Amino acid sequence: MSVDIAVIDYGMGNLRSVVKAIEHVAPALSVVVTSDPEVIAGAGRIVFPGQGAAPDCMREIDARGLRQVIIDAAQSKPFLGICMGLQVLFEHSEEGDADCLGILPGSVQRFPHEAMLDSAGNKLKVPHMGWNNVHQAAPHPMWAGIEEGARFYFVHSYFVQPTSPDVIAGFSHYPFPFTCAVATQNIFAVQFHPEKSANDGLTLLGNFVTWNPGETESACDMTGAACA
Amino acid sequence: MLAKRIIPCLDVTNGRVVKGTNFVELKDAGDPVEIARRYNEEGADELTFLDITASSDNRDLILHIIEAVASEVFIPLTVGGGVRAVADIQRLLNAGADKVSINTSAVNNPQLVKDAADRYGNQCIVVAIDSKRVGAYWEVFTHGGRTATGLDAIEWAKKMEAYGAGELLLTSMDRDGTKSGFDLELNRAISDAVDIPIIASGGVGTLQHLVDGIREGRADAVLAASIFHFGEFGIEEAKRYMKQHGIEVRL
Repeated sequence: MSVDIAVIDYGMGNLRSVVKAIEHVAPALSVVVTSDPEVIAGAGRIVFPGQGAAPDCMREIDARGLRQVIIDAAQSKPFLGICMGLQVLFEHSEEGDADCLGILPGSVQRFPHEAMLDSAGNKLKVPHMGWNNVHQAAPHPMWAGIEEGARFYFVHSYFVQPTSPDVIAGFSHYPFPFTCAVATQNIFAVQFHPEKSANDGLTLLGNFVTWNPGETESACDMTGAACA
Repeated sequence: MLAKRIIPCLDVTNGRVVKGTNFVELKDAGDPVEIARRYNEEGADELTFLDITASSDNRDLILHIIEAVASEVFIPLTVGGGVRAVADIQRLLNAGADKVSINTSAVNNPQLVKDAADRYGNQCIVVAIDSKRVGAYWEVFTHGGRTATGLDAIEWAKKMEAYGAGELLLTSMDRDGTKSGFDLELNRAISDAVDIPIIASGGVGTLQHLVDGIREGRADAVLAASIFHFGEFGIEEAKRYMKQHGIEVRL
């Protein structure tokens, strides 16, 4: 039997929070945590979370034979990447000099030590941990019901640098602007943790479970909004 | 801009929150789930549960509490108290904790911090440091402040950062329970010595103390128990006060 939402488990971190939050916004849907390529291939939607270091993530993905099924899913159905599930979509991470999935052109780099000062000259800590404003770079169905500049919970030391600015859906400042959400076709991926971001996080997850990427264009036409 | 965090701390023993609460309309003042829900509604940025259960028989009660809270409160949850082995951390994370705080066991076995950070990521390992001023330096204490270790708190903080701690929870034993404010010098010294976030704890009696902890103590987050439990101040009230004093908060 196919499932509505597959949360990909590749052994990197605790997935309970994300599953609980999805079940909370979509009590009628079947949500499974899985590392089974067949289940992932057959699922209606994919959540790709992850914590930890990039080289470990890539090693664990390959150890479970998940690389191709993740790439296929990211090109064929609603796909939500969270935290490391955003970073490893890119080509390369500075963290452990890791080659990643290469689904999106671009790289991942660490917050540079020398740049980590606020406007008053105080040291900014790494990891970037806590609630920061997320600015919506482009309208997107995933932002529905979420105010521009709403705060989401972050915890990370690396950030993505997409080659193409067209995929940037959201950015944040620490202290410089960095990309914290990307969107292209059926992929939406975020650096922050919607499952830990109280009501706005739940709204975003709720948007995901009803998002139909194929209809994005017509929905935007109807509202007159410019879609990315 | 990144907001400074306010973290209420709930002391839990045998499945119940100890210390009183003054929330109006609270059916059961000792029910951790109900208190957690209320703090979340008031805008707490995270919640910390400290399990002070003495008997190992009742230790699993905290797991049920975390499971229940994690099913309906979607902000980061930290659990500390009695964490001795990687298996303890695994159980807490499986129950729905996002971070685990390690105190005495980090001193007894620093390798635990390294192993846990390697396995679950730095982001979920908080090292709690209880310290007391002894002459010209601060000494680390364990077992709830009863056991002196001879360790210099600043050196210990640096070591724990190197071992993979993602965050440090600093409690001044001199100030804890005194309501005379954080030990600002201690917080500043450690905040300057490490690159990871620090949470100031111990001694909060007024809202100005929270402001001082961030301004003077250079803390990234402030943790308090009694001022919130006894209803002296609300979380939102505290955040508004901090905002009036120029501190970035999530409202």
